[in-house]
Amino acid sequence: MNKKNKEAFIAPLGKNNPVTVQVLGICSALAVTAQLKPAIVMGLSVTIIVALSNLVISLLRNTIPNRIRIIIQLVVCAALVTMVSEILKAFAYDVSVQLSVYVGLIITNCILMGRLEAFAMSNGPWESLLDGLGNGLGYAKILVIVAFFRELLGAGSLFGFQVIPQWCYEHGYINNGLMLMPPMALIIVGCIIWWQRYHNKELQEQ
Amino acid sequence: MNTNKNTYTFIYASIVVIIVAFLLAFVSSALHQRQEDNIALDKKKHILASLNIFEKDAAAAFEKYITSEQLLNENGTVASEEKGCAFGCGTSDITEKRPLYIANVNGDTKYVFPLTGQGLWGPISGYIALNSDKNTVYGVDFSHASETPGLGAEITNREKFQAPFQGKKVSKDGKIALSVVKNGKVENPDYEVNGLSGATFTSVGVSKMLQEILSIYGSFLGSTPVQQSAPEEAATEASPAEPEEAESNN
Repeated sequence: MNKKNKEAFIAPLGKNNPVTVQVLGICSALAVTAQLKPAIVMGLSVTIIVALSNLVISLLRNTIPNRIRIIIQLVVCAALVTMVSEILKAFAYDVSVQLSVYVGLIITNCILMGRLEAFAMSNGPWESLLDGLGNGLGYAKILVIVAFFRELLGAGSLFGFQVIPQWCYEHGYINNGLMLMPPMALIIVGCIIWWQRYHNKELQEQ
Repeated sequence: MNTNKNTYTFIYASIVVIIVAFLLAFVSSALHQRQEDNIALDKKKHILASLNIFEKDAAAAFEKYITSEQLLNENGTVASEEKGCAFGCGTSDITEKRPLYIANVNGDTKYVFPLTGQGLWGPISGYIALNSDKNTVYGVDFSHASETPGLGAEITNREKFQAPFQGKKVSKDGKIALSVVKNGKVENPDYEVNGLSGATFTSVGVSKMLQEILSIYGSFLGSTPVQQSAPEEAATEASPAEPEEAESNN
């Protein structure tokens, strides 16, 4: 793997994270992060779909007419998402029930269109695949961090298992119901952005 | 090749659409049977879950525990007893056909009623199993299409939300009294279950679903006949709405 490919894969995980630096995909980050499990399912599905649609668009990039390129990109990801959800319905029904809410959110995720337009339209298939994987995982990473705090502080559990012991509640500890509301996801994302910029001077605007 | 010409654009768009349409149609029809089987198996699992049965082989367990299926008339008499008549009913048929499953769990007769209603974001559904007295709840199972994870989606949580239904009574003085009330506001613990805090609309949806669907079975349950329960339904619809508004004004 040469340096450029490595960069395409690694950068979205850190310095060029789609959520905290490019500020894309925020809406779905609010919707699915009240618990860890759906956050992971959503993160993985977006990773798979971004990687696959990046690959397809990159293979087609020289044939796509410039004036309808956005529509072609949209058709490709919508078709991929629909096919993946149909296949899951047939072979992994439990997963598809989990996903049912998010199928629509995956298609409309800005990261998808952002990567297709910014990267896959001008790079080769292999680089595009890596870029898609990197961006999907970068998105999943933020989702998992946000969901960890929201589920822990909002419901006292992780993956649905109670982790805050009962005696804490008996001594007056109360779950923070606000953590389960969408605005708290924004605030946590804001805190992550703050932390990241504090540690990466090059991300700070002059 | 000039990819900016109009003819090229038209031909390209048509070809893409044809290929995508063909692919989607192919995937959909090739997988249709498997998907139907999965949906049927899932339905059996949910019916068994309302009877607190979680055996691995749901299809075999369904054969074992569900002794018969019925469709009921409005006055509570049996309209059909064919095998599969209740199972074949979709959620939209419930109010018309009144499907009913009769189960035998460890020698006791249980009645299972399918439920359908509206949550906050989309439809909710479920099953409620009653003991042979047609009044005591044996178990419930709720599902949803798109409630918020961590809030409304908690209606699928067995320990937290569904377990408290067990042992509750359904009818009081000929009316359906089983309901979900705001968390911590239970006044009649025989009939009321604590709602989910942060998910008021979904909790109200579950309550409404129970009241509406169970009153359709009114004559079978020995409570108010269907005709008389109509104004009753309107009253229950109005009452949860009021505290809701009061809350949003806070």
